[in-house]
Amino acid sequence: MKYAYYPGCSLHSTGEEFDKSLLAVCDKLGVELVEVEKWFCCGSTAAHNFSKLLATSLPMANLALLDKMGLDEVVVPCAMCFSKFKIAQHNVKSDEKLRSDVLEVIQADCNDDAKVIHPLTIFAEEPLLSKIPTAVERDLSGLKVVCYYGCLLTRPPKITQFDICEYPQTMDRVLRAAGITTLDWTYKTDCCGASFALSKPDIVVELSHKIIENAKSAGADAIAVACPMCHANLDTRQPDMEKTFDIESKMPILYFTQLMGYSFGISPEELMVDKHLTDAESIFEEVAQHAQ
Amino acid sequence: MTEEIVHLDEKDLGFSDAVRVAGGIDVNWCYQCGKCASGCPVAYEMDLTPSQLIHAIQLGLKDLVYKSKTMWLCASCQTCTTRCPQDVDIAEVLDTVKILMQRDKKKAQLPNVLKANKRFIGNLKWFGRLYELGMVAMLKLSTWNLTQDIGMGMKMLKKGKFSIFPRFKGARAVRKILSRVKKQEKV
Repeated sequence: MKYAYYPGCSLHSTGEEFDKSLLAVCDKLGVELVEVEKWFCCGSTAAHNFSKLLATSLPMANLALLDKMGLDEVVVPCAMCFSKFKIAQHNVKSDEKLRSDVLEVIQADCNDDAKVIHPLTIFAEEPLLSKIPTAVERDLSGLKVVCYYGCLLTRPPKITQFDICEYPQTMDRVLRAAGITTLDWTYKTDCCGASFALSKPDIVVELSHKIIENAKSAGADAIAVACPMCHANLDTRQPDMEKTFDIESKMPILYFTQLMGYSFGISPEELMVDKHLTDAESIFEEVAQHAQ
Repeated sequence: MTEEIVHLDEKDLGFSDAVRVAGGIDVNWCYQCGKCASGCPVAYEMDLTPSQLIHAIQLGLKDLVYKSKTMWLCASCQTCTTRCPQDVDIAEVLDTVKILMQRDKKKAQLPNVLKANKRFIGNLKWFGRLYELGMVAMLKLSTWNLTQDIGMGMKMLKKGKFSIFPRFKGARAVRKILSRVKKQEKV
């Protein structure tokens, strides 16, 4: 299986763990990801605040790079980029005027039929879903995890076309296939505060706190995420939550690919588990002790 | 959320049309069920709920809309858009209001939110891919919030979370796109 790969800006910086663990997991499962050459930012949380044309052109210009690669399926792990690509494709399909303006701006073909895929979808479908249990090398059945999908994978559903938007199961299916216990909980798709991390962090502290508290009350040992922005908010803001709400908060936040990778026998160092601000290494140590 | 007397003689009857032309969404489909307001995670911080803001646009109360904090508090989580029974893309309407305000040179009620987004685009112009460390530093400098999050920032640096140096891949392509968009939108 071979796909084009668009990591996005975060996965080459604050979300490097996601990039490295995804590549390691794909390697184990025989999925080849070829990074798009000369890719650039999709416009992310900012462009749509200034211009619909800009917010549509940036993703479409990136998709136009696929033609040279001879690939028409691109794996986009960052939920924000994934959403921006999907929305841009939807916009050029539904708005003729915008489409012709975009063509003028990107000066390349409008690649609106390219298949933009989140890695969770590949893992949750055959043939990989059946292959995942065969790759398992560590027993993680004692680990209880809640799957946090956030906003942008699932909404708006008619555009992202990813699972049932109010109660998705894709990540749960993937992690269960890797031998990890996933729990039911109520904050699967609630917002973490997104880009307010920079401009209005009190919102992030308030919203992310609710998510973490709900995960705790569900009995979770860790929260699994699929978005670098959700990860940053849930992971780095816990000391602020402790101060604001006078609580103790030590909830490990892991990318779903780190959990899969650990189950596949990949070392925590390679999965960069030590990069998180809230300690996540100790849950793996506990699991290892438990297994002995 | 507030209650106040609204003067209907301040109406700008063309406002909902202006929103439709600029963003493609017709707010007149909204029948005020309030589902967007009840699902909005940031409604607790807003002066007008999303449904009140839509109502104000329907009534042509442009000043009331422009003076609101609501659109600047939108996290773009898309819950309102997803749940609207009338298929009104509310999140897109909020973006459109922000774009119209900048066209009309109106002041944002939450200037730091606008500033953060501007810094983001400015960063792309230079680097093509977001240079996160540079963007955070510039933003904290320009909003005089030098001490805000400094502890967290140091911890992140220590953990090697940030790429220290920028790369310039794709910068030329982004600059071309930005200048062509600017040219087109002036016409």
